[in-house]
Amino acid sequence: MSRVTLQVNGKQVSVVVEPRTLLVELLRDKLQLTGTHVGCDTSHCGACVVHVGGRSVKSCTMLAVEADGATVTTIEGLAQGGKLHPMQESFHQHHALQCGFCTPGMIMSAIELVETRPHADEHETREWLEGNFCRCTGYHNIVKAILSCRDAMREKSA
Amino acid sequence: MRDFQFHRPSTVAEALHLLRQASAGKLLGGGQSLLPVLKLDMAEPSDLVSLSGVTELRGIRTEGNQLIIGAFTTHAEVAASAEVRAKIPSLARLADGIGDPQVRNRGTLGGSLAHADPAADYPAAVLGLSATVHTDRRTVPADRFFTGLFETALEPDEILTAVRFTIPQRAAYAKFASHASRYAVVGVMVAQYPGGVRVGVTGAGPSAFRWTAAESALTARFAPESLAGLTYPADDLTSTPEATADYRAHLLPIMTKRAVQTALG
Repeated sequence: MSRVTLQVNGKQVSVVVEPRTLLVELLRDKLQLTGTHVGCDTSHCGACVVHVGGRSVKSCTMLAVEADGATVTTIEGLAQGGKLHPMQESFHQHHALQCGFCTPGMIMSAIELVETRPHADEHETREWLEGNFCRCTGYHNIVKAILSCRDAMREKSA
Repeated sequence: MRDFQFHRPSTVAEALHLLRQASAGKLLGGGQSLLPVLKLDMAEPSDLVSLSGVTELRGIRTEGNQLIIGAFTTHAEVAASAEVRAKIPSLARLADGIGDPQVRNRGTLGGSLAHADPAADYPAAVLGLSATVHTDRRTVPADRFFTGLFETALEPDEILTAVRFTIPQRAAYAKFASHASRYAVVGVMVAQYPGGVRVGVTGAGPSAFRWTAAESALTARFAPESLAGLTYPADDLTSTPEATADYRAHLLPIMTKRAVQTALG
């Protein structure tokens, strides 16, 4: 067994896990943060995307022990003081979900896009979503929501 | 996934020691290939030695006409590096086309090369960009590194530390990507040097290779037309339900031509 100490959504946590435990298992089973989903468990679908050190990763393809000392943000950590993150708000406004299963991963992935590539156009946005599957095929509104949030964030920083 | 002992050393020397102590040890890079393999129980290591804490394996720098990239540098770091973009822009673009953004944030150059997936992108760059692979104990030229399907010249207890790419006059990578996985069905890195042109091919065969006939033709004249009539025997190529050997043989000159066109700008 290994002890893993990490910061999750601003809180310091320390848990003992088997070395083979995946980061997503630590989040869902040990910390009850079930907003992060497991879709394929083969690193294709992106339902499990969280941020580790500010970068999006597939938490089904990272060992929990590798997150020792890291800062992790999940979908539960986005809203501040009861106020949704602009990306969550934009997904809500544009009805960027159908069944909603892929939504947490989509939002975590989209946030890294607008933070690291604020000038991404529609084409680049669609390419960025390469690793996030929406099996309802609701990509159109997802892309609209991301582009709208990108514009709002750009105006805010201008 | 079977359980294992986990280690996160901070130096190459310590990692080597841990690897040798283990009954069936395995090195862990970014885990984007190894973790799926472990989930399928296709490998059952007694110990995993993670290289994520070994800072000496990170970083990108230039020395003369060589661009040196540490083994634990992620694909996203290579793609975003101002140094790589300035010295070998085709290499930055290749890295930016691997898998998806999340795979690029975790996956590493060394991990990809040590795994030697026949459809991975980096092997084409290592062969095309006249690279040498550096390990804890020796230097392996690109031409001797890939030895077969998922096979490399690395010893079981050897650690890949860095790759030295030779900066070309111009180069480009063209990939026909699998629609499902973004792995290369055929990927070709074409690079022009004062001494001649190199053509590194991935995806097409059981391991990456150089297309020497295309190299001679392009060395004589660096233009897409030089490849006219040039074919590659399908017998040596891979057949899968996604793409037959004949189809890959058909794609190889096309992707090579596209790479030459892109390199010419």
